Amino acid sequence: RPGFTMLARLLPGKKDLFIEADLMSPLDRIASVSILKQHEVDKLYKVENKPALSSNEQLCFLVRPRIKNMRYIASLVNADKVAGRTRKYKVIFSPQKFYACEMVLEEEGIYGDVSCDEWAFSLLPLDVDLLSMELPEFFRDYFLEGDQRWINTVAQALHLLSALYGPFPNCYGIGRCAKMAYELWRKLEEEEDGETKGRRPEIGHIFLLDRDVDFVTALCSQVVYEGLVDDTFRIKCGSVDFGPEVTSSDKSLKVLLNAEDKVFHEIRNEHFSNVFGFLSQKARNLQAQYDRRRGMDIKQMKNFVSQELKGLKQEHRLLSLHIGACESIMKKKTKQDFQELIKTEHALLEGFNIRESTSYIEEHIDRQVSPIESLRLMCLLSITENGLIPKDYRSLKTQYLQSYGPEHMLTFSNLRRAGLLTEQGPGDTLTAVESKVSKLVTDKAAGKITDAFSSLAKRSNFRAISKKLNLIPRVDGEYDLKVPRDMAYVFSGAYVPLSCRIIEQVLERRSWQGLDEVVRLLNCGDFAFTDMTKEDKASSESLRLILVVFLGGCTFSEISALRFLGREKGYRFIFLTTAVTNSARLMEAMSEVKA
Amino acid sequence: MAAAAASPRDPHGRKRKCRPGACSGWVSPRRFPAAVCTSMDCYTANWNPLGDSAFYRKYELYSMDWDLKEELRDCLVAAAPYGGPIALLRNPWRKEKAASVRPVLDIYSASGMPLASLLWKSGPVVSLGWSAEEELLCVQEDGAVLVYGLHGDFRRHFSMGNEVLQNRVLDARIFHTEFGSGVAILTGAHRFTLSANVGDLKLRRMPEVPGLQSVPSCWTVLCQDRVAHILLAVGPDLYLLDHAACSAVTPPGLAPGVSSFLQMAVSFTYRHLALFTDTGYIWMGTASLKEKLCEFNCNIRAAPKQMVWCSRPRSKERAVVVAWERRLMVVGDAPESIQFVLDEDSYLVPELDGVRIFSRSTHEFLHEVPAASEEIFKIASMAPGALLLEAQKEYEAASFGKCFLDRFPPDSFVRMCQDLRVLNAIRDYHIGIPLTYSQYKQLTIQVLLDRLVLRRLYPLAIQICEYLRLPEVQGVSRILAHWACYKVQQKDVSDEDVARAINQKLGDTPGVSYSDIAARAYGCGRTELAIKLLEYEPRSGEQVPLLLKMKRSKLALSKAIESGDTDLVFTVLLHLKNELNRGDFFMTLRNQPMALSLYRQFCKHQELETLKDLYNQDDNHQELGSFHIRASYAAEERIEGRVAALQTAADAFYKAKNEFAAKATEDQMRLLRLQRRLEDELGGQFLDLSLHDTVTTLILGGHNKRAEQLARDFRIPDKRLWWLKLTALADLEDWEELEKFSKSKKSPIGYLPFVEICIKQHNKYEAKKYASRVSPEQKVKALLLVGDVAQAADVAIEHRNEAELSLVLSHCTGATDGATADKIQRARAQAQKK
Repeated sequence: RPGFTMLARLLPGKKDLFIEADLMSPLDRIASVSILKQHEVDKLYKVENKPALSSNEQLCFLVRPRIKNMRYIASLVNADKVAGRTRKYKVIFSPQKFYACEMVLEEEGIYGDVSCDEWAFSLLPLDVDLLSMELPEFFRDYFLEGDQRWINTVAQALHLLSALYGPFPNCYGIGRCAKMAYELWRKLEEEEDGETKGRRPEIGHIFLLDRDVDFVTALCSQVVYEGLVDDTFRIKCGSVDFGPEVTSSDKSLKVLLNAEDKVFHEIRNEHFSNVFGFLSQKARNLQAQYDRRRGMDIKQMKNFVSQELKGLKQEHRLLSLHIGACESIMKKKTKQDFQELIKTEHALLEGFNIRESTSYIEEHIDRQVSPIESLRLMCLLSITENGLIPKDYRSLKTQYLQSYGPEHMLTFSNLRRAGLLTEQGPGDTLTAVESKVSKLVTDKAAGKITDAFSSLAKRSNFRAISKKLNLIPRVDGEYDLKVPRDMAYVFSGAYVPLSCRIIEQVLERRSWQGLDEVVRLLNCGDFAFTDMTKEDKASSESLRLILVVFLGGCTFSEISALRFLGREKGYRFIFLTTAVTNSARLMEAMSEVKA
Repeated sequence: MAAAAASPRDPHGRKRKCRPGACSGWVSPRRFPAAVCTSMDCYTANWNPLGDSAFYRKYELYSMDWDLKEELRDCLVAAAPYGGPIALLRNPWRKEKAASVRPVLDIYSASGMPLASLLWKSGPVVSLGWSAEEELLCVQEDGAVLVYGLHGDFRRHFSMGNEVLQNRVLDARIFHTEFGSGVAILTGAHRFTLSANVGDLKLRRMPEVPGLQSVPSCWTVLCQDRVAHILLAVGPDLYLLDHAACSAVTPPGLAPGVSSFLQMAVSFTYRHLALFTDTGYIWMGTASLKEKLCEFNCNIRAAPKQMVWCSRPRSKERAVVVAWERRLMVVGDAPESIQFVLDEDSYLVPELDGVRIFSRSTHEFLHEVPAASEEIFKIASMAPGALLLEAQKEYEAASFGKCFLDRFPPDSFVRMCQDLRVLNAIRDYHIGIPLTYSQYKQLTIQVLLDRLVLRRLYPLAIQICEYLRLPEVQGVSRILAHWACYKVQQKDVSDEDVARAINQKLGDTPGVSYSDIAARAYGCGRTELAIKLLEYEPRSGEQVPLLLKMKRSKLALSKAIESGDTDLVFTVLLHLKNELNRGDFFMTLRNQPMALSLYRQFCKHQELETLKDLYNQDDNHQELGSFHIRASYAAEERIEGRVAALQTAADAFYKAKNEFAAKATEDQMRLLRLQRRLEDELGGQFLDLSLHDTVTTLILGGHNKRAEQLARDFRIPDKRLWWLKLTALADLEDWEELEKFSKSKKSPIGYLPFVEICIKQHNKYEAKKYASRVSPEQKVKALLLVGDVAQAADVAIEHRNEAELSLVLSHCTGATDGATADKIQRARAQAQKK
């Protein structure tokens, strides 16, 4: 019970709890407000840049180990000091305490006033096949800032999993971070062997993948139901807040979305175009079941009420919620010319009508449709085209700055550094230092040295990769989205997610053999690895079980695609991700906001 | 009251699996010392009855061949309990400085094997004693306590305080408690000072005994309720000193006529006390002085040399052993005593379950015969190590008897055999640790191993570990680590050789921490060796703290980076930051991108100025530019400051050859100034709006001229301007102005957006005005938007565009559009015919 371990860390007695916004959903998932109240948590506050008006004598803070948070706490404590007030303070770091934080507490002169603790919560099971580390900041920290603080956390999570499920006989990975996390994990295993050795493996394969290996998939609009719900309403920690427009009442409703929701379970992986039909069919069936009541005798009726009615009512409730969600999605998506948008995306993926797409994006920016969407389209254009041609690069940026303000110069600088939005041409745009650094990085002698700028020297090569891996299915006739024939169905049959294709190919070959060219094009020459243990004690049952680890987040579309692949090939996938993400979250992570 | 041995910190702390494989042939089955006969008659012949229920037996452990030249009475003697070492200080009372007669400190094993010998060059010693960690404490007359190791190696010294220094030490005792080993001092001022734990020295000066003028006739340390007290005898009176007060005490049932106490003895466990009076009377009772157990009159009035308790745990029998010059007496709750004649000057060592007695020629053990001998199956309660002969017989009997018992669990039998073998091995003359089974169990195998390590008997320790199949972490690895720590102290061997030897022996034995060994090497001043040893440490994270301590911070940095632990990297960084000057620090960072980005992250939040310096030193103008951009809205508040920050940013961008960014920054400067002017002139909020929003705000405020001026100044593209104006005017619902605008020139964005925006504002009437102007390609869409399905159908048919036809068809609803739908179907049919 992760909730319990966290509660045990609170100060005894009555206290107020300050929670970092990021940690609210995970905490809510494992310890509801009423449980917190039982543990004498009086009031809950969000950690934000505002003075808090807590009158409690004891304050607990549940935060990420970030300097920003330390300064917030320091400001609170120091304000108390000025006011001559003494309270008890306790800081609980999740998932761990960092030295830098303690140092800041010391520099701010409050180290002696607060007690510190750690809540090493690292894995949150969101569903039967989905584990999340709930570390959305992993993406920005690693892929933008080059901060490797969470890699160790990932290694620890793998360590935990292998302690639970035995050793992993077949390991594959691609990406610099994947390799580092894998090596760190191996070291952990070696240092603490004896635990898993001799155990029969339960998970036959493990696949680690860096988000930057495939940005494209994450940038696309999602059209399978679960992804679409995420894009539209934002699924947080496996649950979603359906607003009044969905619940068709005046209240919002928090709904847990997982395999236990029978209605959702059946439609989550479906292309949106099928969902409505499915739901109405379901509604008719439900009605029919209700209708059976007519003509029942008393005994039958008794049975019906005691055994079936509750289930039917439950189903009824869920059904009406999802129908409401569908309606709401349809309304929103038609309003924004969703079809137009999808068409442009497909054109970008396939690489035709680039000029037209560019003008579409420009208009999108000019009309201030959505800052995040515009960025997303620009990035998609850049990656699929190996960077923007200098003229477009400048004009789109200018337009964007005019629409949304000059602070986005920093956003663009971020996007460039992460390799999401770049200018075509050789590395001449790199500053002298950056190119020197990237040389250092590619220098093999430097070994494990890594840095943030590695992506600068890279070209995305999407077009070539797409050709090699056949990501754009040939269209012969209509793609029947009701009966998907490949993973492309998650993008209306227009595109097979690159990440999923890589996984499929490697699993098929049980190695990277024959994929050298792809790996080179992905700029992962040194970071694609296979590791198989000689003695193969794995049962055929376990060999069907595959753990896919996404470093930097995965989308619901990818999960749906792999679930589909699993059904086709007789695999069962389990997903471990630093967080569930989507295009908007990625863009927000890169955006510079005036705070 | 286990004597916990001080072992260096367990160098690992993680679980290991046990290495398989038992050992064999590591102890030669050694026969008993020759003095003990082997026939059965002889075996019970030395059983001496005391009262009705108990037998006492004395037998030889070793014949000592330590070749002592002096009599024991001429030496200060200290023997450690649990079969520990014996220290002798010869000539302790000589004051001359001549080397030949200087005191000599000799240390022997219990079997008399010399372990160390050194000339005593410090001050006069009053008392010797062994600590629980088998360290020799030498209490000098001046109150200084010098601590030596088993091998005569000087460890440290401490003082018992100024008061002791001034008044000199008259007498001192080393005692053991559950907290460790303590020292009690009687000073020349007849005051007591004690420290209950020399490992954590806290001096306690005991209260004064009122009216005490002379030296107490005898005294001892009692331990009650975990506190050390002092019991002393002055004439016929007994006093108990605790930390607060001095109280007179009277033993219950003490025979009358006592005018002085000559000797007192506390039992090994501090539970019992014996008092010897000048009438030759012995009182035995509880140490709390609340209960008398028994008494005995020996009719010898001479003060005994030593008196010690001799009892075994869990036995009801109580007895004390009293020694005079030539006589040894065992007395207890019985009218008779057992008497032995001492041929030589002897010394008594109290043990948990008996008394050891050694002299120049022999070392014997005197104890109560265990009840186990009567009941053969209670092996576990006997003292096999001390009774090898008996044990051997029991072993045979047990293994024989075992055959008749089906369900006798073999475990305890096997364990017992293993323990016997261990005890036999360490009792060997060369090792010289004569432990009984009870002592061994009390001491624990871990402490025993520590003691073997202390004696540098590494191979034997390892053999025992392997034989007992101890987990490697507790066993073999730990001992190897100790061996290595010893090895690094051998100064005559070169660094290379030591490092190689250690690596050869240790390899990558699990649980061995090379960094701990390296730390020891560094402690011995061998930095280079330490670095070499660290190279063998597989966990780079473990190398870091020591490297930092050794001031090898740069090496520490690369090791920390290798470990992948960012927290560790950061720790090293802060070390480096304090250690190096700024320039060097930055240079170091420059070559370590991972560390650099980590430090930048830190600076971004905590040390902005440093961040700037970092970029400056790298000539990273691009980042400097970004830095100042951020400052222009995050740090600066006044408009002048903001513009200045932007100017700095623009300069940096120029230096970075990023003209785009530079120009954009300059535009922003212009915009800021202009927004400020707008606020001054028009009022309202303009600052920090984007260019687009600024223009929109102007239009919404009715300042069309200004808006257009701004659009020209900032070269807003036509398309954007049209979208912008369109949206703003529709928001204002200024339809007149919108129409005028639409006619100002040909729309660069077409007229469909006009239709759309009017519909969005629910103005179908206005929308229709623009529908007619929409370009042919978009006409159908526009007509559908304004709800003119019929006309849309006509246009679609005219265009002969299938997609448009279906679009219109999908808009045909109900009866009203029935005719239109038919029309489309007809047109489709016609088109197909053609």
